[in-house]
Amino acid sequence: MTAFFVQTLNGLASASSLFLVAVGLSLIFGVTRIVNFAHGSFYMLGVYIAYTCATSLSGALGFWGGVLAAGLAVAVIGVLVEMLVLRRIYSSPELLQLIATFALVLIIKDAALAIWGPEDLLGPRAPGFTGAVEIFGRAFPTYDLLLIALGVAMLLVLTALMKKTRFGLLLRAATEDREMTDALGVNQKLLFTAVFALGSFLAGIGGALQLPREPATLAMDLGIIADVFVVVVIGGLGSLHGAFVAAIIISLVKAYCIGLGSQTLFGVEFEFSKLTLVAEFIVMALVLVFKPNGLFGKPIIHSQTSAAVELPLGKPSNIQLGALLAGILLLAAMPAVFDEYTSVLATDVLIFALFAASLGLIIGTAGLGSFGHAAYFGLGAYGAALATQAGFGFLSSLFLGAALALAAAMVFGWFCVRLSGTYMAMLTLAFAQIVWSIVFQWDAVTGGSNGLVGIWPPEALSDRDYFYWTTLTVCGVGVLVCWWVVYTPFGYALRAARDSTVKALAIGLSVKRLQWAGFALAGGLAGVAGAVYVFSKGSISPEVSAIPRSVDALVMVLLGGINTLLGPVVGAAVFTYLQDTLARSTDYWRAVLGAVILLLVMLFPRGIVGSIKQFAQRRRAA
Amino acid sequence: MSKALEVSGLKKSFGGVAAVRGIDFHADAGEAVALIGSNGAGKTTCFNLINGQLTPDGGRVSLFGLDITGRSPELLFRSGVARTFQITATFASMSVRENVQMALMSRHREVAGFFSLATSRHTVAANELLADVGLSEQASRPCAALAYGDLKRLELAVALANEPRLLLMDEPTAGMSPEERNALMRLALRVCRERKLALLFTEHDMDVVFTHADRIIVMNRGRLIAQGSPSEVRANEEVRAVYLGSLHV
Repeated sequence: MTAFFVQTLNGLASASSLFLVAVGLSLIFGVTRIVNFAHGSFYMLGVYIAYTCATSLSGALGFWGGVLAAGLAVAVIGVLVEMLVLRRIYSSPELLQLIATFALVLIIKDAALAIWGPEDLLGPRAPGFTGAVEIFGRAFPTYDLLLIALGVAMLLVLTALMKKTRFGLLLRAATEDREMTDALGVNQKLLFTAVFALGSFLAGIGGALQLPREPATLAMDLGIIADVFVVVVIGGLGSLHGAFVAAIIISLVKAYCIGLGSQTLFGVEFEFSKLTLVAEFIVMALVLVFKPNGLFGKPIIHSQTSAAVELPLGKPSNIQLGALLAGILLLAAMPAVFDEYTSVLATDVLIFALFAASLGLIIGTAGLGSFGHAAYFGLGAYGAALATQAGFGFLSSLFLGAALALAAAMVFGWFCVRLSGTYMAMLTLAFAQIVWSIVFQWDAVTGGSNGLVGIWPPEALSDRDYFYWTTLTVCGVGVLVCWWVVYTPFGYALRAARDSTVKALAIGLSVKRLQWAGFALAGGLAGVAGAVYVFSKGSISPEVSAIPRSVDALVMVLLGGINTLLGPVVGAAVFTYLQDTLARSTDYWRAVLGAVILLLVMLFPRGIVGSIKQFAQRRRAA
Repeated sequence: MSKALEVSGLKKSFGGVAAVRGIDFHADAGEAVALIGSNGAGKTTCFNLINGQLTPDGGRVSLFGLDITGRSPELLFRSGVARTFQITATFASMSVRENVQMALMSRHREVAGFFSLATSRHTVAANELLADVGLSEQASRPCAALAYGDLKRLELAVALANEPRLLLMDEPTAGMSPEERNALMRLALRVCRERKLALLFTEHDMDVVFTHADRIIVMNRGRLIAQGSPSEVRANEEVRAVYLGSLHV
C-alpha cells in the first residue's frame, strides 16, 4: 500500500512538466491547427538553457532565474520560428506542416549539439528543495512535492488566463472557430504569434523544471514529443483541462508500471517496468477507439487546404511504358559502372524507393496521413532476421518478414482508418512507437538496443552485383505493384473515397474496408522493403522503426511529389543520396538536411516531380 | 402492385426536439414527388431518414414492399436507391467518364479488382449514360473542369449507373440560373418517366416545384399537412396559411 502511494506521488510529480509541455502544444494546435513536432525541441532547449544559467550563476538566483530565463528564451525562439517559418505554411496541407516542423527538430538538435556538446549534462539540485520528507516511512524529495504544487498552480493560472482575460477569450474563440474570429476582425497574425510565445514559454519552463530530476540530453526532444502527443490526444486537441487530466493519467500509468516491476501472470513473467511505453500507447489507443476526439476534445474542423487538383490518370501511354522498360534496363545495366560504394548506395535507393512508394499509396492515392510507416518496415526487417536465425532460407525469410508486417498493418490499420486527419496521423505514430519500444525492450528475442547481427543472404548472392540485381527484382516488382494498383478498380475506389467520402458511400463503396485494405497492402509492401534491407546490411537495430525513419519516408514522398507515380521513387533517390553525402561531409548533416527540407516545403510544395509536371502543364497551356 | 416508395409513421427526435413526428406518404414508379416545407419544417431530416444519413426512431420505409428502414447509404445503393447531393459531390481527380465508370464498377462489385485497368471497365455503358444526360462531348475532360450545371448532370448520370428504382435529389437546382433549373428538371423528369423510377426531391424554388412535380408533399413542424397535385396543394387553405401565404402562387 505504501509502495502504491509513493508511486502515485512519483507519477504526480512527473505529470507537472508533462502537463506544461503538452498544454503548450495543445494551445498552439487549437489556434493555428499546426501540430508542432519541434515542441519537444523547445522543451529540450529549456533544460539546456536552465543548465547553463544554473551552472554559471550559482545559488537560488542561478536556478530560479534560470527557469524563468529558459521560459523567456524559448518563447523568443518560438516567436522567431513562427514568424520566419510557420507563417509561410499555415495554408499548406497538414503533412507538409508536420514535415516542416520536423525539419526544425533536426536543426535545433544540431544547434544544441554545437553549443552544449554530445555529453549528458547533469544539473544542480534546486536551492531550498534539496532534502526529502518522510511519507509512510519512505523518503520523498521535497522538490517533487514542489513540482506537484507547481503543476496545480499553473493549471489555475492558465484557467484564469483563459477565462478572465481578453487574450484568453480570443484563444478560446479561435480554437472554436478560426474563420469566424478572423471574419470578426481579430488580428490573426498577432494572435498566432502570441499563442506561439505562450506555448513555447510553457515548454521552456517545463523543461527547466526537469533539470534537477534528469540530465540534459540530445535525445530528450523526440522522447518527450511522443509522450506529449499521447497526452494531447487522450485529453483532446486544444483542451486545457484535457491536457492536465491526461498528463496525470499517463504519468500514473508509467509510475505504476515501474512500481510493479517484474510480475508473473498466468505463468508468464512480465517486465512491467519495461512496458511503460507500450502501456501508455495502449491507453491512448483505447481512448481513441471509444472517444475519437479525446476525453475533452471536440471534433476538429479542418479548414480546406489548397490541395492541387490532379489530372485524370487514364491508361498508361505507350511512351510511359517505353520509358518504364528503358528505366528497368538502365537500372539492370548499372553494375557495369559501379564501384563498391555506389553499389551499396544504389541498393539502398531501391529499398527506400519501395518504402516510399508504399507510403505514397496511402498518403497519395488513399489520402490517409500515416506518420508511422517505419513500423511496417521495421517489422518486415525483424521478421526476416528472426526467420533467418530460425533457419529459414532467404526467400522464405523475405516472405515471413513481409507477412509479419502485413499482419501488423491489418491490426493497426483497423483502428487507424476509424479516425480522421490529425488523430489518425497521431495514432499511426503511436503504433509505430509501440513497435519500436517492444523491439527495443524485448532483449531476449530482438537483442534490444544492440539489435540482431550476422543476417547475411545466401552465398550465391553475397556478390554485391548479384545482391543489387536481387534487390532490383524484389523491390522493382514491389514498386510496380504500387504503380499498378493506382490504375486498377481498387485504386480508383480508394481515390473515390478520398475525393468525396459521402459520394463514395452513396455509390455503395465500403469506404472503411477499402481504406483498411489499402493500409494493409502498403504495410505489407513496406515490410518487403524492410526484409530486403536486413540482408543488405547484415544486421538490424531498433532505429529502423523509430520516428525519424517514418519521417524519412514522408520526406521522400513529399520531396518527389505526392500524388505522382514517379515522385516517391525520385524522392527516395534524391533523399538517400543527399543524406549519405551530407553525413560524410559534415558532423552537422541533420541541420543541413533540415534546412533543405524547409526550403523545399516553402518553395516547392509539390515536390520535384510535381513541380516539373506543373511547369510542363503551364507551358502547354501557354 | 406495392408502391415504389412507401413511408409510414416515420419519427425522429434530436434530444427533446421532435423533428419528424410521424409521417406517411408514398411515391409511385415513374412519378416525381416534391417534398417541401419552410425552414425547420423537418423536410431535410425526413429526407436524411430515407437516404440513410440518419436512423429513424420509429416508422418504416419500404421499397416495393421491401423494408429498407435505417439501412446504411452503402446498403441502400445495393437495394436500388440512388441520390444526388445539394452541394455537388463528384470525384474531382477523375475524368467525367471515370466518375460514371466508378459507379458502374461498384454496382458490378468489381472494386476489389487488382487485375484490370479501371478506365477500360464498362466504357460502353458509361458512354450511353453520359449521352443520355448530354455530356458526351465532355466525357474525357477532367471532372474538375466542368461548369456547375454540367456537374449536376454528371451527378445524375452517376446516380443512373445503378439503374435505381428510387432516385433521391436533395435541392437539385440550388445555385443554378432559372434556365438551367428548368433544363435540369426536364432532364430528371424524362429519366424518371423513361426508366419508371420514383423521384423524390426537396426544393426551395416554388416555380420549379409547381412546374415539374406530379405530386407535392408539404411539411410543417414535423408533420405532413397536405399532399396532392400542384393545383390541389395550391388551393389548400392550411398550406396557404402556414407556408405559401405571402408567396402569391
